[in-house]
Amino acid sequence: MADLTTDFLGIKSPNPFWLASAPPTDKEYNVRRAFEAGWGGVVWKTLGEEGPPVVNVNGPRYGAIYGADRRLLGLNNIELITDRDLYTNLEEIKRVKADYPDRAVIVSIMVPCEEESWKAILPLVEETGADGIELNFGCPHGMSERGMGSAVGQVPEYIQMVAEWCKKYYSKPVIVKLTPNITDIRKPATAAKLGGADAVSLINTINSITSVDLDLMAPQPTIDGKGSHGGYCGPAVKPIALSMVSEIARNPETHGLPISGIGGVTTWRDAAEFMALGCGNVQVCTAAMTYGFRVVQEMISGLSSWMDEKGYTSTADFIGMAVPSVTDWQHLNLNYVTKARISQDDCIKCGRCYAACEDTSHQAISMSEDRTFEVIDEECVACNLCVNVCPVEGCITMEQLPKGATDPRTGQKVGDYANWTTHPNNPGAVKAAE
Amino acid sequence: MTDTRYASGVKPGRLSGEDIAANFTDMHPPLGDHEAAVAADRCYFCHDAPCVTACPTAIDIPLFIRQIQGGKPGDAGRTIFDQNILGGMCARVCPTETLCEEACVRNTAEEDPVEIGRLQRYATDTVMAGNTHPYTRAAPTGKRVAVVGAGPAGLACAHRLAMHGHEVTLYDARKKPGGLNEYGIAAYKTVDDFAAREVDWLLGIGGIKLETGVKLGEAFTIRELQEDFDAVFIGVGLGGVNRPGLPGETLDNTEDAVDFIARLRQANDKAALPVGKKVVVVGGGMTAVDAAVQAKMLGAESVSMVYRRGRDAMGASLFEQDHAAKNGVSIVTNAAPVGIAGQVVTEEITFVRTETGPDGKLTTTGEEFSREADQVLLAIGQKLDIASPRIEIENGKIKVSGPGRTNLERVWAGGDCTPGEDLTVVAVAEGRDAAEDMHTMLTEG
Ligand SMILES: Cc1cc2nc3c(=O)[nH]c(=O)nc-3n(C[C@H](O)[C@H](O)[C@H](O)COP(=O)(O)OP(=O)(O)OC[C@H]3O[C@@H](n4cnc5c(N)ncnc54)[C@H](O)[C@@H]3O)c2cc1C
Ligand SMILES: Cc1cc2nc3c(=O)[nH]c(=O)nc-3n(C[C@H](O)[C@H](O)[C@H](O)COP(=O)(O)O)c2cc1C
Ligand code: SF4
Repeated sequence: MADLTTDFLGIKSPNPFWLASAPPTDKEYNVRRAFEAGWGGVVWKTLGEEGPPVVNVNGPRYGAIYGADRRLLGLNNIELITDRDLYTNLEEIKRVKADYPDRAVIVSIMVPCEEESWKAILPLVEETGADGIELNFGCPHGMSERGMGSAVGQVPEYIQMVAEWCKKYYSKPVIVKLTPNITDIRKPATAAKLGGADAVSLINTINSITSVDLDLMAPQPTIDGKGSHGGYCGPAVKPIALSMVSEIARNPETHGLPISGIGGVTTWRDAAEFMALGCGNVQVCTAAMTYGFRVVQEMISGLSSWMDEKGYTSTADFIGMAVPSVTDWQHLNLNYVTKARISQDDCIKCGRCYAACEDTSHQAISMSEDRTFEVIDEECVACNLCVNVCPVEGCITMEQLPKGATDPRTGQKVGDYANWTTHPNNPGAVKAAE
Repeated sequence: MTDTRYASGVKPGRLSGEDIAANFTDMHPPLGDHEAAVAADRCYFCHDAPCVTACPTAIDIPLFIRQIQGGKPGDAGRTIFDQNILGGMCARVCPTETLCEEACVRNTAEEDPVEIGRLQRYATDTVMAGNTHPYTRAAPTGKRVAVVGAGPAGLACAHRLAMHGHEVTLYDARKKPGGLNEYGIAAYKTVDDFAAREVDWLLGIGGIKLETGVKLGEAFTIRELQEDFDAVFIGVGLGGVNRPGLPGETLDNTEDAVDFIARLRQANDKAALPVGKKVVVVGGGMTAVDAAVQAKMLGAESVSMVYRRGRDAMGASLFEQDHAAKNGVSIVTNAAPVGIAGQVVTEEITFVRTETGPDGKLTTTGEEFSREADQVLLAIGQKLDIASPRIEIENGKIKVSGPGRTNLERVWAGGDCTPGEDLTVVAVAEGRDAAEDMHTMLTEG
């Protein structure tokens, strides 16, 4: 079994699986249970200022979308930061950290964008002995209307300023949690770095309305006939999170800035993918909320045995390994030519590939009387749609044409690497020296 | 060669080799990758899952299925073996319809449980295909343990002890290890010599010296084992059989069903095995079903299974009764055998009708009927056969307290020879738990 011990910003945890700041980490009872179940660390549910805590709605907070068989794919919430007293939380954090010195305990904070507020809360947090803080600049609802959360996260200058205050009034690592509700994720990440933050974590939830009740004519979850946009998370948001993570990882200005990956992590594989794109660890919320704390066992065993198979002895061996392979579209090899191949042995003859290609793509699949489906190489542009819609994994695959072969669609021979920047159709093509 | 296909008497060659091979194929064939993915997707990952409670070895079923979902059948196998080192055999032979799968919440939702047994097989096959033993031994403790009986109980016990670093000597009276896995379980449940392969794989842990063909009571006594070893485990199963004491029961072609099955399990060529044209099996348990179904598969023209009480009192589960019926076995209930007749060999068996009174007592109605039978298989239960005057027996089984402790010092027992359901998985659980208790005793003194 590979060793999963992870060092993130000097904070050691027995594995890279942390619980994200959310209800699973809202109190001592939960966090103790989480640690007993094997979680490597937690980011405590976001704390607010001293004084009367925020209040949550008293009707439903969550909405969900499902795949087949009611598998939860996306979760939406209109919950706010912790609605428990600041000091209660601080005492609990201190107790838990003392009892679990080998686990990471990070405190998430969201207070108004004024230096005094941060100056007031940071020493209290420092006192708990927690390993670091995470600045919640991400909450898309409720708090942003009060000038906190994503209202700050959408203004890079504020991020930088608050990060600076935190570094000034707090001695341990500072992580800035980024909101995805922004056009270019590199900007807030750069601001965090400029402000001296030790790391960024992303993504927080995405603005969303999960569904509309067509009888009440109101968004769901519906509170007394009305609904509000909430924050979307769960397996459905993973692709968005991966892309944002990769942008930060490969951006020269933020390259090397430690990242804690969040968004839809449900199995070991999701975690490995985030880490391959440069994350030092991952945080999980929806998977735990859907299946309970025990899901971490599958993540631990899966990541560990995958590392064994690959010969990785430490998570550091593969963190960031896929970053160099993320490139801009214009650098992709246009001479990489593939054709779809349908395995007749595996085909169950549902015809979904045919419908997809015939109706919406390139008419590159033929169908015979006896429902045999075959690819017409002369028409196949290798778009992958048939692979994606086929219900049988591995039935349709993409086969690469070797160099020198003629692509029956274009009549051209497969040549050496060449991309759009030098392509004759590109008006801005860089001409080869004449 | 004469055509024996429809001949009376007990004859080989009733079916072609191909037909027999087709009859004896895997009862629950292995899942392919796609099937496994679809089957695994149905698991809800229930909290404090009822299937785990229903499994005598308490395998973490939701976790192993989730590991399959996550594309890691090897990890899943490991999760299973952690609790049940004979998880491969159990995946094949457990009556899951009365264990884990009966408890699956999908039964409530759609009367169709997650296929836990077949998923377990998928996972364990993956690990076993690796050909390396997945466990390593702890540092040697210098303690020596004798395990008597290399059936599921003894094997599970020996493996756990070896893992903890003890030196184990595993004795068995038979030529081959495996117990009823090797000699008893229906052939269509454990094809391709799986029982023997599983034992080889299990012994891969090291530290277990296997000695076959040596019988407790003949080669050595419990007292001698107590003297020679630091601890002793008895897992001898039920070596004796009950006999009804019927007139004619010693006639040729009347025999114990377990002997018939053992012969069948050990046959290299099933087509060469003789079987009756009209076979009557007496009994209503798992052994009766297995004998009846396999007689049918060998080509018997008619097979009836006759049980003295009503259907609901049968030891065979509903699933097994259906399995028998599907294979053309006719099930007759409320009939007790009174005699077997024949000139030289078995020809006929006579029954008397019975009824169960409101007090549960079985009485006969006096009405008799006879069945033509050129082969009668008796499956009315096995019993303990142990030659030790000192070990305490209660209700026909070795008396144990806690995790298999007998009345004798440093002697544990488990499996069919102790109280509890006579199932492979129960034997494994008892062997394992006794080993843990022995380990505690051996290391803590
Ligand atoms: C026909 C039949 C079909 C069955 N089918 C199923 C099934 O489908 N599913 C299921 O779960 N269970 C089934 N069972 C029950 C299951 O096989 C037993 O519960 C299980 O094998 C018990 O394991 P054990 O280790 O206690 O005993 P056994 O498997 O009986 O093993 C005992 C071992 O001890 C050895 N031994 C006995 N006496 C001595 C001695 N004096 N000295 C040395 N060695 C000795 C024997 O040779 C044997 O190898 C079936 C049983 C029978 C008879
Ligand atoms: C109910 C709920 C409450 C949340 N509360 C917070 C919070 O207080 N602070 C915070 O930083 N993120 C909060 N989040 C966002 C999560 O920490 C996480 O970033 C997001 O859910 C994406 O991860 P996931 O796909 O694993 O759920 C919350 C999420 C949910 C579902
Ligand atoms: S999970 Fe259900 S029972 Fe528990 S607080 Fe929420 S609504 Fe109530």
